[in-house]
Amino acid sequence: MPHVLTRSLDRSATLFLIVVAACGVLIPLSNLLLPSSSMLQVPTYLVALFGKYTCYAILALAIDLIWGYCGILSLGHGAFFALGGYAMGMYLMRQIGSRGVYGNPILPDFMVFLNYPKLPWYWHGFDMFWFAALMVVLVPGLLAFCFGWLAFRSRVTGVYLSIITQAMTYALLLAFFRNDFGFGGNNGLTDFKDILGFNVQADGTRAALLAMSCLALIIGFLICRAVVTSKLGKVLIAIRDAESRTRFLGYRVESYKLFVFTLSACMAGVAGALYVPQVGIINPSEFAPGNSIEAVIWVAVGGRGTLIGAALGAVVVNYAKTYFTSGPLAPYWLFMLGALFILVTLLLPRGIVGTFNSWWEPWKAKRSSDNAESAAREDGVSEPDMAE
Amino acid sequence: MNVMDTRSTSALLYLDGVHVSFDGFHAINNLSLALEPGEMRAIIGPNGAGKTTMMDIITGKTRPDEGAVLFDGVTDLTRLDETRIAELGIGRKFQKPTVFESQTIEDNLLLALNVDHGVKGTLFWREARSETERIERVLETIRLTDARNRLAGSLSHGQKQWLEIGMLLAQDPKLLLVDEPVAGMTDVETHQTAELLKQINKDKTIMVVEHDMTFVRELGVKVTCLHEGTVLAEGTIDQVSANERVVEVYLGR
Repeated sequence: MPHVLTRSLDRSATLFLIVVAACGVLIPLSNLLLPSSSMLQVPTYLVALFGKYTCYAILALAIDLIWGYCGILSLGHGAFFALGGYAMGMYLMRQIGSRGVYGNPILPDFMVFLNYPKLPWYWHGFDMFWFAALMVVLVPGLLAFCFGWLAFRSRVTGVYLSIITQAMTYALLLAFFRNDFGFGGNNGLTDFKDILGFNVQADGTRAALLAMSCLALIIGFLICRAVVTSKLGKVLIAIRDAESRTRFLGYRVESYKLFVFTLSACMAGVAGALYVPQVGIINPSEFAPGNSIEAVIWVAVGGRGTLIGAALGAVVVNYAKTYFTSGPLAPYWLFMLGALFILVTLLLPRGIVGTFNSWWEPWKAKRSSDNAESAAREDGVSEPDMAE
Repeated sequence: MNVMDTRSTSALLYLDGVHVSFDGFHAINNLSLALEPGEMRAIIGPNGAGKTTMMDIITGKTRPDEGAVLFDGVTDLTRLDETRIAELGIGRKFQKPTVFESQTIEDNLLLALNVDHGVKGTLFWREARSETERIERVLETIRLTDARNRLAGSLSHGQKQWLEIGMLLAQDPKLLLVDEPVAGMTDVETHQTAELLKQINKDKTIMVVEHDMTFVRELGVKVTCLHEGTVLAEGTIDQVSANERVVEVYLGR
């Protein structure tokens, strides 16, 4: 195990982890301990906002793992995020108990309203947190495994794969919209009261959820780094760059794709599960194909195949979204997002972090040609001439 | 895998009455060919003769409509996929040099080594001395030791061809299929490549597809000329190039 840690933590990865850990500790502390008159006090609405961004960052990491390293462009990753979110939402619904509008101790309000005679079978067990937490990982993972098994074994790649992932999330969107599907239809799941006995609205709970989200981001990042810096990571890049060559070397390409796709879906599920208690609602619009495409744009903006870039892109784009959609420019946000994607594709094809690396590293190489060689091998995104 | 009771042939590779058509076009037509263990064979033939298609069939990329491809006398390759065939010990060099451009030369060779290729094995892989030594030896053979940490994408065309041959060596197959190894090479490089292949042939069976006649002559091995997906002539380069039908095919009727 120690060798995995030393291998996967270069300087920028360590810096990233320190920043995330600092956010996860300092923001909650400042929110809870400092008086609201203090300059340094982070208001609760910002805590919730940062919590949301952190969940998006985990989703972006998951997408970067498959797109940036293995060339699988999933335009339906929002589906795994939403499924994780629904699993958590079901737990939160069951926690409401008899405090709902209709006061039914077992059935959530929407089921009473829709005249459900009893709890559907698939809602059983969600009153227990451990079961819900397991489903958060298992349901997206299982769907990704089945979907991937069929798609990768039939060698569906490139744009065709992207299209069927869109179809998958759209099909789920339509299914979850239905009232008789048993997930609250159009309205989804909301009016949550508490999580593990703590009020979801309370400042302390929000702060703890942000800290948990940051912890999940750290763990997710470490898992991704361990994967991409292993020999398996080299195989993934080989598949991305020359799939049939990899096959002729004796690698079972579909197994690799299936592994990384399933892992990525599980991560997206965790992101969704942390997202739901922080925003207080999960509804079918989370399955909208547009959401998945937006998540891909975050990764492209931040720099794919860099992991740190994916997380950074998620925060930057979402901050911009929050900023612009709360002002007079709100109606134009989608145009700006589109323009951003086009501009990044044309001017910054390697994204923020990728471009930064390609400027920074030759400069660094000139300064210390001794270290350049190892840096080039670690990053894998460096210019060819610098390793000489 | 289809394992027969007894070996029906001593050949390492035996194509028997293979037939493939794409939308009515007969790419391979009743093709039969035998490669003895330790042999090096040059395959020539005009464009569209079916040389690359034949390699696709042997490596599992294309499935023939009829016929059998026996490896080592017992295994029918037509029932296996690319990965399984590679595992059996058949390596392939593509016509266009195909290396992993965004990875270093050393990593390219590491990926090619015939060690555990499973997901678990690569995830928990740790550097092993024996592997490093093998990579070292291959680097020397293909003369890229000094460039080991360079990205494969930064190599010249000829060097990429060699790296790909090096990857074949790292794969340590029983049979090497080499598609146009000297395309785009200078005369010196062509000569060096011929030497390299002869050296490799000391303990491996090789099938080379090549257009460059000087190169084929330099190899000095048995030549098979394909035309319209079937064997037109077989023998030494002099016999084959003296064959009237071969001349006819190459010059056009």
